[in-house]
Amino acid sequence: MRAYRGRALLLALPLKSVVQRFSFALLVGAALTVMILSRAEPQLVDNMRGAVSDGAAPILEFFSHPAASVASFIEEIDALLEVHDKNAVLEEQNSALLKWQSVAEKFSHENEELRRLLHVVPDPEASFVTARVISDSGGPFVRTVLINAGKNDRVRKGQAVINSEGLTGRVVSAGRHSARILLLTDLNSRIPVVMESSREKAVLAGDNTHHPRLEFLAVDARVNVGDRIVTSGQGGIFPPGLPVGVVSLVSEERALVQPYVNWDRLEHVTVLDYTLPGFLPETKRAGRIGALR
Amino acid sequence: MERSELQLRGLTPFTITLLLVLASAVPWHIPTFAPITPAFAAMAIYYWSIYRPDKLPYAATFCLGLLHDLLTGTPLGLTALTYLLVQGVLSSQRTFFHGKPFLVVWWGFSLVMPGMALVSWVIASLYFNTLLPPTQFIVQAILTVLLYPLFGLLFSALHRHMIRGN
Repeated sequence: MRAYRGRALLLALPLKSVVQRFSFALLVGAALTVMILSRAEPQLVDNMRGAVSDGAAPILEFFSHPAASVASFIEEIDALLEVHDKNAVLEEQNSALLKWQSVAEKFSHENEELRRLLHVVPDPEASFVTARVISDSGGPFVRTVLINAGKNDRVRKGQAVINSEGLTGRVVSAGRHSARILLLTDLNSRIPVVMESSREKAVLAGDNTHHPRLEFLAVDARVNVGDRIVTSGQGGIFPPGLPVGVVSLVSEERALVQPYVNWDRLEHVTVLDYTLPGFLPETKRAGRIGALR
Repeated sequence: MERSELQLRGLTPFTITLLLVLASAVPWHIPTFAPITPAFAAMAIYYWSIYRPDKLPYAATFCLGLLHDLLTGTPLGLTALTYLLVQGVLSSQRTFFHGKPFLVVWWGFSLVMPGMALVSWVIASLYFNTLLPPTQFIVQAILTVLLYPLFGLLFSALHRHMIRGN
């Protein structure tokens, strides 16, 4: 009996390794197939991602809280160390801003009056949802984040995403309770922008670094370091005038932009629902929701 | 020891790798950390491929890689492929690392990680049809190799706990 079992083992061991090798080859093939499929059928993969992120959202949310509190603790200590200097700077800034506020109010009234005189068609107002960032891209491949709001919160593919500092990116796929945001630094991000003062148009193209480039600038365009960049609103997806960043480098071949958003502190973002009238029936447009999740 | 508890302990390699996949997806809010987040799960796959390959079969590795891709937005299948390759390489070399001191195992990892980074960079560049900035891949690989001792300690503690049960 023992001899028999020994012989069976002798046969079984190589068999096991053959099966293992076979499963290895099979799975490598499967991984490659999935990759090709995700290029060919992005919609299918988007839906799959949506379903998996929906399932994982509560877990990621659970983990993202302690991670955020550790980070904020470190920031807190940092802030304490420079509180005195910062106070002086802020007081100075505050007095300057108060002056600007009165100027802005005056202009705002004047603007309204003039618009009324000229019968300008008003821009549609955007409704918004604010959500928590629950997952990061965690690697060098893409610049995306996952947020804990989805189709149930009227988040849809294509919507613009901002935070308190400026434009962050756009929604690329939405599950029911979660959505993926393509940050404007991602390789695949293209955003129509305009220089605020000179009104030169361009496309802001990400390349996975912190400094996206300006593309399709006019040949004679004048671009200077420090110029403010805002969304142009072309294409009707993004509202015009959202702050994007400032030009940080201009050379013969390229112009780079420093976005306003601090990518390391991306905790909450706001998804804007901006639909030009006539693009979608009124019934399909989001109401004015501003729920903070 | 209860049979069910034994089975539960047998799941340790899979569970810890799963947790590390989640750890690389969670936003850490550490300055400039996101693009160079260390490949936490790759360390676990390396360790368990040497010491307990029976507890982390290829199919499990594949699923963990896919989960990573789905959660982080990486091209679907890319991480699954690189994790499988790490395990495949190790399956032929594991007898060499067996019983070797920690430094040798670490040295092995410092060879595997750049290979993995290179493969991911080439495939991702092909996938996106453009050259991705290689610096982040290099920094990620270096950071992962530097952090390995810390995680290696954790894994061997868990491993000892697993064996004590048997």
